[in-house]
Amino acid sequence: MEALTAKNVTKRYTNHLALDNVTLTIPAQTIFGLLGPNGAGKTTFIRIINQIINSDSGEISIFGERLQQKHIGTIGYLPEERGLYKKLKVGEQLIYLARLKGLSRRDAVEKSKAWVKKFDVTEWWNKKVEDLSKGMAQKVQFISTVMHEPRLIILDEPFSGFDPVNAQIITHEILELKEKGCTIIFSTHRMETVEDLCDYIALIDKSKKILEGSKKQVKETYRTNTYWVEHKGSFNFSSPNYEVIEQRNVEDSFYKSVVRVNDGTSPNLLIRDLTALTEVHSFIEKIPTMSEIFISLVKGGRHE
Amino acid sequence: MNKILLIIQREFLNRVQKKSFLIATILLPLIFPAIMAILVYVAMEQKKNADKETIYYVDDSGFFVPDSSKFRFKKFDVDVNIAKRAFQEDNSSYGLLHIPRFDLAHPKGISLYTKVNPSPKEIGDIEYMLSNRIRELKMQKFNIDQRMLDSLKTDVSIQSINMSDEGLEKSSDSKVLFIVGMAGGILMYMFIFIYGAQIMQGIIEEKTSKVVEVIVSSVKPFQLMMGKIVGLASVGLLQFLIWIVLISTLTSVVLGYFGLEMPQQQMMNEMSQQNPAMQNQDMMEVLKLLGQIPFGFVIFNFLFYFLGGYLLYGALFAAVGSAVDSPAEAQQFMFPITIPMLISYFGLFTFILDDPHGPISVWLSIIPFTSPIAMMGRIAFGVPTWQLLLSMVSLIAGFMFTTWVAARIYRVGILMHGTKINYKVMAKWFMMKG
Repeated sequence: MEALTAKNVTKRYTNHLALDNVTLTIPAQTIFGLLGPNGAGKTTFIRIINQIINSDSGEISIFGERLQQKHIGTIGYLPEERGLYKKLKVGEQLIYLARLKGLSRRDAVEKSKAWVKKFDVTEWWNKKVEDLSKGMAQKVQFISTVMHEPRLIILDEPFSGFDPVNAQIITHEILELKEKGCTIIFSTHRMETVEDLCDYIALIDKSKKILEGSKKQVKETYRTNTYWVEHKGSFNFSSPNYEVIEQRNVEDSFYKSVVRVNDGTSPNLLIRDLTALTEVHSFIEKIPTMSEIFISLVKGGRHE
Repeated sequence: MNKILLIIQREFLNRVQKKSFLIATILLPLIFPAIMAILVYVAMEQKKNADKETIYYVDDSGFFVPDSSKFRFKKFDVDVNIAKRAFQEDNSSYGLLHIPRFDLAHPKGISLYTKVNPSPKEIGDIEYMLSNRIRELKMQKFNIDQRMLDSLKTDVSIQSINMSDEGLEKSSDSKVLFIVGMAGGILMYMFIFIYGAQIMQGIIEEKTSKVVEVIVSSVKPFQLMMGKIVGLASVGLLQFLIWIVLISTLTSVVLGYFGLEMPQQQMMNEMSQQNPAMQNQDMMEVLKLLGQIPFGFVIFNFLFYFLGGYLLYGALFAAVGSAVDSPAEAQQFMFPITIPMLISYFGLFTFILDDPHGPISVWLSIIPFTSPIAMMGRIAFGVPTWQLLLSMVSLIAGFMFTTWVAARIYRVGILMHGTKINYKVMAKWFMMKG
């Protein structure tokens, strides 16, 4: 089942097109990375899902139903620009935000107390937000995003402002939420996060979706047929089947090379041919990182 | 709908639980009567202890008869130049009055020498004393008897009676109505300003702390705006009611202590006792008039116009708050909003109170942007029912209009950061589709 499907979503502001016919499918119970450079249209898309703004055309459905008012409680949203009421105490704040999401007062009190306990921050309950450190406030904000048990959680740059220890805690929490059946949309620039956590990704650039699929598929699509070779003694090819892209001397006569296998041949043939030329110490496929894919696609787009 | 209530409740509690609310609400009504009491007390003490100043006089004319009710006069039977020298060296006296020989028809050359600048009141007292004396002398000269003069003087006082629509006759006194109108207008102006500015400030806070994006993912921007406006209105009403109760209790306590009584109470006392020996006819009139002003009606209208005016301006303040990133930036947009308020505020003093039934006054009290203040100025003088109804209906229409305009700017503005704002940008937001 799909957590969210967007069909031909378009949003135009007075002088620019923020989203151009974007179609996306987000499978349920996955972590979905929504990638794209600044100003690509990610925030607009997220705001449309949150019903903060309306799209000009197109259709969005959530868990099979057309997106409507009642889905507000189904979604938890952590915006990139974090903020809480500075003068309000942590406890009151959590209860208020949860009630705005549609929880009854009793549920709101019960759940916020449970989460505060879980994050081991019970002593903050009566503190005003302005007296908390930035990291502490971020934790409170994270609690406010997930405490009403949304099935779809949208996190915009969730790790910004967290120290590594707290980032670890949040990561753990996110994975646990996924285990419980939540679908999580990540909007981020941090490719290592995508690499570690995301199952699916979509890339938006200049208002258009330019890539979508599971991380594995995407990597498969963008594999470059290049291999890392560690070897003793330098070599070069005369055959047009292979191409040495880079060769670096590590120490003494040890080298590390990047070799591309051209069409019509295979890695196995490369290994066979290499053994004749040099002493092979290691051989591994050079899989593109998400970061490389991102940069090549976005940059490629810029050259058009 | 439920969520608006939640926001109203939150806004209400946020303000009411603040220390500053308690201070403003409880202390302000305490401070005013306290200041009043201190001033009255000091003035009374001063009067009691004040020592009469000594004034020497040199009377060349021989007509002067000193009246020692205000000053202590001491005669100096020497030449004025010697007296002046003596006065210069003397530190105990206040002044030296020189009355030369003069013509009764054209008294000239009377001088007062002092070491400090005399106050207008002191000069006035002496002038009054002298002119009285000259008058007496003239009467003697022309053989006029005081009794004859008294019988010439006839006191005419017009009692103005207002024939209302119902045919009831009410005495009216413009002075009392003037004060009621002025107080109502000024209070209205202050209330709309103070609470309107608070809406704006609250919205700027939400915007700069970025919490607004979280909130609008749960509620519609319109709900958030209305919740805030209505929440603050309820704070305003609460504060107003507390003030009325506190001020009226405290003033009667304080005035009671100084032997004065609240006008209404005094009047009731007088009426119950049917005191026939009421000396002060004027005072009686004023009290009767105060009793005839329908305070309930005035307060009801005050509350209606406060709510209406507050909602109308509150929406505009909300729009400004949503557009800007800081209170400093808001200043430039505040000005056009305040112009109609200022017009009606100054109009209150220049013509509304002087001529409450003149065409400008009537129109200002009907046009929704100026009506809250203008109508407060007129209300005690009696306003024809059709004008009042027209004014109320247009005020309601007016705030629905400004709320609609403001909501369209607000929903875009709260999500915009770091944009350079001018009226063109706001107009663009207004035109933008959802």
